[in-house]
Amino acid sequence: MQKSALSVYEIRQDFPILKRKVGDNKTLVYLDNAATTQKPFSVINAIHDYYSNYNANIHRAVHQLGEEATLAYEQTREKVAKFINASSTEEIIFTRNATEAINLVSYAWGRKNVNDGQSIVITEMEHHSNIVPWQILSGEKNAKLCYIGVDDRGYLRMEDYKSFLDKSNVGLISLSEMSNVLGTIVPLNEIIKMAHRDGIPVLVDAAQSVPHLPVDVQKTDCDFLAFSAHKMLGPTGVGILYVKRKILEEMPPFIGGGDMIKEVHKQNTVYNDLPYRFEGGTPNIAGVIGFGAALDYLNRIGMNRVRDHEIDITKYAMSALADIKDVILYGPLDANDRGGVISFNIADIHPHDLATIMNERGVAIRSGHHCAQVLMERLDVPATSRASFYIYNTKEEVDIFIDALHNARRIFKL
Amino acid sequence: MSDDIYREIILDHYRNPRNKGRLPNPDVSIHDSNPLCGDEIDMHLKVEEDKITDIKFEGRGCAISQASASMLTEMVLNKPLKHVKDLVKEDILENIGLTNLGPARIKCALLSLKVLKMSMVKYYADRDPESASKYENEPGAY
Repeated sequence: MQKSALSVYEIRQDFPILKRKVGDNKTLVYLDNAATTQKPFSVINAIHDYYSNYNANIHRAVHQLGEEATLAYEQTREKVAKFINASSTEEIIFTRNATEAINLVSYAWGRKNVNDGQSIVITEMEHHSNIVPWQILSGEKNAKLCYIGVDDRGYLRMEDYKSFLDKSNVGLISLSEMSNVLGTIVPLNEIIKMAHRDGIPVLVDAAQSVPHLPVDVQKTDCDFLAFSAHKMLGPTGVGILYVKRKILEEMPPFIGGGDMIKEVHKQNTVYNDLPYRFEGGTPNIAGVIGFGAALDYLNRIGMNRVRDHEIDITKYAMSALADIKDVILYGPLDANDRGGVISFNIADIHPHDLATIMNERGVAIRSGHHCAQVLMERLDVPATSRASFYIYNTKEEVDIFIDALHNARRIFKL
Repeated sequence: MSDDIYREIILDHYRNPRNKGRLPNPDVSIHDSNPLCGDEIDMHLKVEEDKITDIKFEGRGCAISQASASMLTEMVLNKPLKHVKDLVKEDILENIGLTNLGPARIKCALLSLKVLKMSMVKYYADRDPESASKYENEPGAY
């Protein structure tokens, strides 16, 4: 199999936004990809094409436009199933975002299956979207929310996990495959194997992993997997929930309404087949079709090459950052154990001040708690700065980023 | 432009904040935060005969929010409490010398004024709930 390096400069030609100038005629250096990625022409065009040529509601209309729209929408479902190697399209549910996908599980599956006195196990490095739904559920069910700790190097404390499995009645494990702050990639195979030994299902928050790593749901054998289209070249407003078929068959519906039904009578309803039962109301048709184009784009590159590129650029950036005085890096130091997300602080420069100064050089980085306040408390910092990479980022951009950091040190008289 | 924002005086107040800390028996204390940035400010006031006789702030956040709070305490110490009602955002921005902040960062600069105004309203509400509303600004007034 060919495995040449990714041609970043060719890829950049496909992203119109990368040509724009910001501020004082500075070239955009977009390093906020963990928040959302930019979109290639093919995605923008697919959405434009749908609205220009075959805009219609799906699954019902017999007219030609309706059939074309339904076909395009369902083709994306097939592409998603293939992309994460699900065994069938019936296991793929479209939601608004990864947050809604996790909430779907907590409301529909959790309410029925998590019982009084059980524990829900998550980790200290979860995004708020994988904390708050479980707080709500554990409040309703009198369940206990338990956190697997993060050690000082940014790895999960597996001894915490073992102890929860040994000592508590665990109803569900829900964890991020890759931290959106530390970049840590967790030992998912081992975690899922251990859970399944005790018959405990596992939800994987894959919002940061599916866009950046090859993911195979049959290989890891996870029970639920949630991610977002917009973090992988697709449009906003589309989330994906994978659920193992045998769990899905027993799961009550989430949102009631049109499209999720087969028959509605005055006092009862017969629900639609999988997966439509879980997609009440008109979905984001244009967004799902656009996401299909995003998956085509990533497939043409190949996820192994995406991963290799990110390891390469992350190593380069981390070694440059480590050379700057007073920089504190968070998360694993080995680029093979992490994704292309680098959180850091410099001396007493607050991340928001840093982001303001960087912005003037055209460098877009994130600053704040990154929707991970529990982790910020663990790290004992109010906020961090974060640079995150994707397929179109170059080492020259990393150099501009590093240069802008030196400028910030100068402004803060460090 | 960053060189204009992070001038000596802002960095000085950020690194050596004035009136930072707590008061032993404050007449009023209020906390608020800026959800966008996570900046936090607590204001503690001592009031005698309607005059701010002592003021301290606690907080954490960016240089703009913390320097602004530090400068605001200096600005209102020994001034009539009622005077706080008349303060508008331009007073603060001129006081700290930052008149062209963007919409995101302006919230950092104005957080301490918001907390001070909340303190004033609470002070009067604790003493005379009926009359407190006259110390509240119209929404969006500052």
